[in-house]
Amino acid sequence: MTDAAQLNTLASVADERPTRNASSWYTLLKPYIGSPFNAVVTFACLWLIYRLVTGAWGWLVTRAIVEGGPQTCKAAAGAGACWPFLAAKLRFLIFGFYPYDEHWRPALAVLLFLGAMIYSMIPRFWSRRLLWLWLAVVVTCGVLMYGGLFGLTVVNTTNWGGLPLSFMLSSVGLAFGFVLGVLLALARSSKLPAIQVIAVVFIEMVRGVPLVSILFMASVMLPLFMPDGVTIDKLLRAQVAIIIFAGAYIAETVRGGLQAVPKGQHEAAASLGLGYWLSMRKIVLPQALKIVIPPLVNIFIGFFQDTTLVTIIGLLDFLDTVRSAMRDPAWQGIAVLEGYIFAALVYAVFSYGMGSYSRFIERRLKTDHGHGRH
Amino acid sequence: MATSDSSPVRLLYDVRVRAVLYQVVAVALVVGIGFYLFGTVSRKLADQNIATGFDYLSRPAGFVISQSFISYDSGNTYGRAILVGLLNTVWVSVFAVALSTVLGLVVGIARLSRNPLLSTLALLYVEALRNVPLLLYLFLWYALIVAVFPPVREAWQILPDVFLSNGGLIVPSLRWSPAHTGVLVAAVFGIVLACIVASSFRRKRVATGQSRMAWPYVLAALAVPILLAMLVFQPDLVVNWPEKGRFRITGGLQVTPEFTALLVGLGLSASAGIAEIVRAGILSVGRGQWEAARAVGLHDRQTMRLVVLPQALRVIIPPLTSSYLSTFKNSSLAIAIGYPDLVMVSNTTMNQTGQAIEGIAIFMLVYLGMSITISMLMNWYNARVALVER
Repeated sequence: MTDAAQLNTLASVADERPTRNASSWYTLLKPYIGSPFNAVVTFACLWLIYRLVTGAWGWLVTRAIVEGGPQTCKAAAGAGACWPFLAAKLRFLIFGFYPYDEHWRPALAVLLFLGAMIYSMIPRFWSRRLLWLWLAVVVTCGVLMYGGLFGLTVVNTTNWGGLPLSFMLSSVGLAFGFVLGVLLALARSSKLPAIQVIAVVFIEMVRGVPLVSILFMASVMLPLFMPDGVTIDKLLRAQVAIIIFAGAYIAETVRGGLQAVPKGQHEAAASLGLGYWLSMRKIVLPQALKIVIPPLVNIFIGFFQDTTLVTIIGLLDFLDTVRSAMRDPAWQGIAVLEGYIFAALVYAVFSYGMGSYSRFIERRLKTDHGHGRH
Repeated sequence: MATSDSSPVRLLYDVRVRAVLYQVVAVALVVGIGFYLFGTVSRKLADQNIATGFDYLSRPAGFVISQSFISYDSGNTYGRAILVGLLNTVWVSVFAVALSTVLGLVVGIARLSRNPLLSTLALLYVEALRNVPLLLYLFLWYALIVAVFPPVREAWQILPDVFLSNGGLIVPSLRWSPAHTGVLVAAVFGIVLACIVASSFRRKRVATGQSRMAWPYVLAALAVPILLAMLVFQPDLVVNWPEKGRFRITGGLQVTPEFTALLVGLGLSASAGIAEIVRAGILSVGRGQWEAARAVGLHDRQTMRLVVLPQALRVIIPPLTSSYLSTFKNSSLAIAIGYPDLVMVSNTTMNQTGQAIEGIAIFMLVYLGMSITISMLMNWYNARVALVER
């Protein structure tokens, strides 16, 4: 660039300084039409929003079929959404092949589960009691779902499905995965070489392959590993795969937290005479886990979504009940998108909720830290 | 002190003795479980009369694969079928990674736009993609393709000899021969050569401060190998025109709906993550850098390209690596919509031969190997762009 050109550029930069006498209209509109390029962007965005909103409104509302059956929807030939499909299939979508008259049981289990989750998300209630609460909730949910006690009829796991199954797979998977992950993280950051190597090999092998392959392994190979006469339930096999997969990912996150705890904390614990396990449990882990709560919540969101993969090995999770509802001969080829959109909304609500919670926790932990310093 | 009393019980309290003991127990446990599992598995396989070993790889496969880049028919071996699956996995992953990088960069920069409309739209895009499972999107895109496009018999002819239907997009293609492969290799060589020439010119410019016209040399480095290869190999340009029959379209290159759905699903989902990575990277570059660039007279786009992006790359590369890796691994979801990738072909093989352990071992090892390779490549690149402390 020549000197003259450079001077010109500098001059133009100087000219762009905002003038103070601008009216409120000018300041209001500047972000939208401040420069020619920006004006083009604004109009392109407006056009896009207009198209999206009118298209969605037309399909979801004005052109949608609200009453009738498969034939009404077929006559409309996909011009609008077919809501009777959702209305007719709603309970099947949510509960799958669980006996129709017993739907109150999974419904109660889901409510109990969500209640316990919301309760334990509130920082004020964080204490050791939560562990017992969850134990009670899990046992109650299990009894509700499986039955066999208190005069409840037994419902085999092959009939479980839908949203309760998705919640169960992800929550049990994450709970056990968390324990496994913490143990693996401790092993990986241990000073004993043999234990470290075992942990590294396990973690890297699991993280290096897709979840699908671990699910396959669990569903095909696990029966071969068992001694004769022992058969494991298909659901349990998928659950084991999810626990192993979650454990490896959680281990890496927790390890990050362990590394962030200053060395002085280990030394202080040792000088108080605490052994390895005591110092980990009382001093190091509480600090390490606090640091990694936000990334852990993000991992939880990812695993909640990843439980959909059990569809591939033939379990009826929420996504799969949606798909089998669409395969119903009466509705086949008529409502092809409505089910997916419904499922997407359900997943989005839960994921977005947990994501907002993660951001809230991050902010909260940050301020706590700030107060500690002053 | 442990040394003052050397009775066996006291010895147990010695930290060093304990360390050895723990490790011995851990290793013994792992080895023991391994032996036990191996024993159970081999006994069970013998009971069920299932063959072991990899002999089956050289037997004819007997199933067709809907998309392959190397010649394959049902008479070929299982080994070749698995290779076809692997190439399909790599093919879709490469395109998905490219798509997600471009989209992610654009959306990530749009998220930071001063125009509230644009940044809100970008935020909506990211949230919509991140909060819904990838598998659901794959099904949705696939269903959309099948629902929106007409059946093959009524295929749209969007350009002469280009057909679009729910059977996929069909375009004319070259009849491929080894001569074409030679030209392709020469083209890759030319691109590498052009990059080397361009970077040597840049280095000279930085060292001496004088800029010389580089583009004729770069262009020559790019074109000469290709032209030479054309002359040497003389590939014949026979075009494979698609022909619309009564029920189906024959000939031409077919982009299947499964491939498209997988590509779009993987690419879009990964782009949301990459957008956030790019945004975080750009935000990590201090305000002072923008102001300093402004002060030396760079305008916004120059600042972004010459000052901010090179610094942001350092923050961006490590998470970008894991995003690429997960795109590659997520391509295994192909099996859900029927794209013949490595997992799907292996699954068919396992069902036909009954040799599940070998089948799973093959694709797990392949994924593991590829994951390690990708992360090593990206680490090498990361080391190059990392901050060099003086």
